[in-house]
Amino acid sequence: MLSGVLLFNQKGELLIMRAFRQDMRPRLADVFRIQVISNAQIRSPILTLGSTTFSHIKNENLYIVGVSKGNVNAALVFEFLYKLAGLGKAYFGRFDEEAVKTNFVMVYELLDEILDFGYPQGTDAETLKMYITTEGVKSERALEDSSKITMQATGALSWRRDGIKYRKNEAFVDVIEDVNLLVSASGTVLRADVNGTIDMRAYLSGTPECKFGLNDKLTLGENGAGTDLSMQTSTKGGKKASKAAAGSVTLEDVSLHQCVKLSSFTNDRTISFIPPDGSFQLMTYRATENVNLPFKVHAIVNEVGKTKVEYSIGIRANYGNKLYATNVVVKIPTPLNTASTTHRASQGKAKYEPSENAIVWKIARFTGQSEYVLTAEAALSAMTTHKAWSRPPLSMQFSLLMFTSSGLLVRYLKVFEKGNYSSVKWVRYMTRAGSYEIRF
Amino acid sequence: MAVNRLRTALGTPRKGETHELRAGLVSQYAYERKDSIQKTIMAMTLGKDVSVLFPDVLKNIATPDLDQKKLVYLYLMNYAKSHPDLCILAVNTFVQDSEDPNPLIRALAIRTMGCIRVEKMIDYMEEPLRKTLKDESPYVRKTAALCVAKLFDLNPALCIENGFLETLQEMVGDSNPMVAANSVTALAEIHEVAPETRALVVTSQMLKKMLLAMNECTEWGRITVLKTLADYRALDTKEAENICERVSPQFQHVNPAVVLAAVKTVFLHMQHIESQQLRATYLKKMAPPLVTLVSSQPEVQYVALRNIDLLLQKEPGILEKEMRVFFCKYNDPPYLKLTKLEIMVRIANSNNVDQLLAELKEYAMEVDMDFVRKAVRAIGQVAIKIEECAERAVNVLLELINTKVGYVVQEVIVVIKDIFRKYPGYEGIIPTLCSCIDDLDEPNARGSLIWIVGEYAEKISNANEILTGFVEGFNEEFTQTQLQILTAVVKLFLKKPDESQSLVQRVLQAATAENDNPDIRDRAYVYWRLLSSDPQIAKNIVLSARPQITSTIPVLPAPLLNTLLPNLSTLASVYHKPPQTFLGDGRSSALQAEALEEARENARENPIAAAAVTAAIAGGSAPQQAQSNAENLLDIDFDGSAPASMQKAPGPGASGLEGLAGTPQRVASPQVGSGGGMDDLAGMFGDAGGSGVNGGGSADDMINGFAGLGVNGGQQGSATGGEKKTNEDLLGLF
Repeated sequence: MLSGVLLFNQKGELLIMRAFRQDMRPRLADVFRIQVISNAQIRSPILTLGSTTFSHIKNENLYIVGVSKGNVNAALVFEFLYKLAGLGKAYFGRFDEEAVKTNFVMVYELLDEILDFGYPQGTDAETLKMYITTEGVKSERALEDSSKITMQATGALSWRRDGIKYRKNEAFVDVIEDVNLLVSASGTVLRADVNGTIDMRAYLSGTPECKFGLNDKLTLGENGAGTDLSMQTSTKGGKKASKAAAGSVTLEDVSLHQCVKLSSFTNDRTISFIPPDGSFQLMTYRATENVNLPFKVHAIVNEVGKTKVEYSIGIRANYGNKLYATNVVVKIPTPLNTASTTHRASQGKAKYEPSENAIVWKIARFTGQSEYVLTAEAALSAMTTHKAWSRPPLSMQFSLLMFTSSGLLVRYLKVFEKGNYSSVKWVRYMTRAGSYEIRF
Repeated sequence: MAVNRLRTALGTPRKGETHELRAGLVSQYAYERKDSIQKTIMAMTLGKDVSVLFPDVLKNIATPDLDQKKLVYLYLMNYAKSHPDLCILAVNTFVQDSEDPNPLIRALAIRTMGCIRVEKMIDYMEEPLRKTLKDESPYVRKTAALCVAKLFDLNPALCIENGFLETLQEMVGDSNPMVAANSVTALAEIHEVAPETRALVVTSQMLKKMLLAMNECTEWGRITVLKTLADYRALDTKEAENICERVSPQFQHVNPAVVLAAVKTVFLHMQHIESQQLRATYLKKMAPPLVTLVSSQPEVQYVALRNIDLLLQKEPGILEKEMRVFFCKYNDPPYLKLTKLEIMVRIANSNNVDQLLAELKEYAMEVDMDFVRKAVRAIGQVAIKIEECAERAVNVLLELINTKVGYVVQEVIVVIKDIFRKYPGYEGIIPTLCSCIDDLDEPNARGSLIWIVGEYAEKISNANEILTGFVEGFNEEFTQTQLQILTAVVKLFLKKPDESQSLVQRVLQAATAENDNPDIRDRAYVYWRLLSSDPQIAKNIVLSARPQITSTIPVLPAPLLNTLLPNLSTLASVYHKPPQTFLGDGRSSALQAEALEEARENARENPIAAAAVTAAIAGGSAPQQAQSNAENLLDIDFDGSAPASMQKAPGPGASGLEGLAGTPQRVASPQVGSGGGMDDLAGMFGDAGGSGVNGGGSADDMINGFAGLGVNGGQQGSATGGEKKTNEDLLGLF
């Protein structure tokens, strides 16, 4: 497994080096610096030199490197490195060079706790925060707590501690969808899909059991997964709604938080779980059918001779007129040799950003059913060698509340707990742009 | 005080710093001591040697402050090696700590003890370890479980004597899932290092325990358990079915590594299920989670994509409908784009090919040169794979020629050559190809065009003119191109004897008299003899019907694929190489054995291609080996940063050009590579003083260069294998 973990800054200075095994030698840090950080040609995140493998990711301005020997599980290593970055963020707000430098003792402590002999142990931020804290834990004081902590760090319910109490039991559910779109130059949709996440913030007392229902079609992947296996089992599960009603959504695939009982999900598609305290990601899903695209983009781009490019971009909002999108940013690429641009927008502000080689058009508030147009012209400077412009796609960013591209809705969220227990639940929907690209 | 500070600032910094740290470490104030320890650790991280402070740091070990204790332990782990004697002073604290009422401290003590790799420490570890393995707190138990693996690494005999392995085996059934998972982890590690201990032999009893633990332990624990389950061979169909059923819910896990591990486990056990229908169901179930992996973080995605590539080679149908997911995003890192291209070609079928071609054309107009080339190549691969789309693909390629971008045009020519080898009836586009003759500067592209001209000489009115141009510059061409010119001119002569009598004489003259490459001279002489003896026989040989190619998509040979599938989601699956070839000892011989096996297999099926493959493998591996051996001297041996697919010599499809002339012959370009590699090796050998073997090796190469048949290719393989082995041994002496 992992022999060690290294953290470098952008310049290649070693910030943290933690060896977990004998075969992690200090000079390996230099090897990585020479072979990867100062080697512009490196194209792969994995580098094997002899029997040593360096797997690295970049986070903010850090290189996070896992060093390993032997034929390790590459997916696990990367996933762990991302987990480490995520933990850093949970602890220090952001995980960058400055945070590591100021908290280096903490980083060592964390590494010590989440890796043992190179094998990842518990990496749940909520649990770790109980015993790895900035104030430090005094052993006498913590004595009685410690046993509890350790029970939780290893128990089946590692994500929830006992005896949580709230005066008001509340649960917030955020359905956030990222729409990915790729439209070809001729206007056909090449790819439209939704990556959704359902985030939950649970402020619930005790250890409540929650049941969660969506308007998804019950057979996952329809003709696929459902048929044979779930037929055998669904009879046990009491034959829940055989085929979902109209207006339901087909989810291609879902991944669930570790608190969800996977076996009961496979049997009868109920999502039941005991939630961690605080915020967590309950599930992620993917939908590809019947995706409602919030914006339709119509782009006409003409290259006039070698000196000028003309743009006419029309964007229409396809959602109800009571809704409005915020922070709409349209990035319209210009050729590399653009000298200057002129533009006129019917709404919002457009600006040429030479560093990004694009005209950036920002619309703070985009009401439903309206249509805005931008006309622009880019004047090109003369070049000695004329190289064809690669025409990168036009891209968009936006966020739109109370709208889901997939049409997904939360049907119910039930909370079961002993005693009289009332809880308030809030649901919020949001659609954002994932990679929303239009070729022209 | 001020003077003191001034002195520190002005004086030699390192000494002053150490001094100050030492003063802080023995200070009477706790906070100053803690501060100094932190500073010491900081200096240690920066690579400064602070081992002189060892005794002073050690004084701080007995402290109620958990943070401080952790820091001292960290320091101990780092420098224990340099002060083995002083470590004994810490033993007492460790033993005490391992009986502390606080489970966190007990765990910390046992965890750290395992990391202090000092002989004397081991004797004191036995008792605390035995106690902590039976600790009431699961947190301590799970830490102790891993500590057994640490101890085994230090002293296997002691570990076995004390029965720690048996204890671990019992702990797999621990009521706490995390303890169970860590016990499995430790056992797996011990089993891997020393299989003779039979530490982890899965029984049906153990299987049940593991399946139970899997559902409840952490994501990382699940991966370990899944790996163990994947390595387990089910006793019967029923058991295999049971495993698949219990594991498949893990497809929905949020952690991609768990999903991949689950896919691997189900995929392997599925092979033992008899019911076709059930197997199909699992394959279908697998598809959506695999697709979801494509939207994870780029690095994880990369691992997933390389694995999907492997799965597709075994089960081509699983992702048929999912083409769109693999479309490249504009800002995908290059390594993802290239991998996605490979996958798209694999899942192309007659339903989605239109979409794919449009997409590939789009890619071919981007700016990244490698990516563009690969996209063009992909168009050719798809055209050859799916007959219906050949015409559309050719049209796309013609459009790309019109872009006039140098590297695009060159790649298009190479691809079109392959299309000619599969489908007749596209001769109409030859004039377009010939029009860009002046833009070609790569040997492969030039060779391809010349081959086309020679092959269709009777249909090209100015073939004579074109080839005359090439013959004029014959001596400046690359070897590969020269060979093609030679063959093309001979073909032209056989087809149109009247026009090209003088041309053929000129080229044969140039190739025999003015050239010192034995390959070219030999071939020229063979042609010359043939032509002068009987033109009819020459015609039969040179213009004989060539075998149609079936696919240009690179495919891993079946034995290799089968060794890679159990390694899904590991490095081997990313590199598409068996682990022993890129890791540790014996890799050279293993690589050669693999190549040899492959060559033999090919030789049985297709003697012509086999020669090409052998040469390609030898060419690809020899220089690489040479390099890695050289690096071995520096202790870190280079074996290639790019995954196998990117650095592998062209497969039978791409390098098969050379086998086209109608006569079996040596491959030109890879052979140059192989020769180079041999030279390197020979050179290194001379230094090492192994002259005897050296002679043998190069002699073999010579024979090979002349005879160059599939069988000899095999011989070469074995000879070089042996040679390299000795070579490495010699290097080991340094």
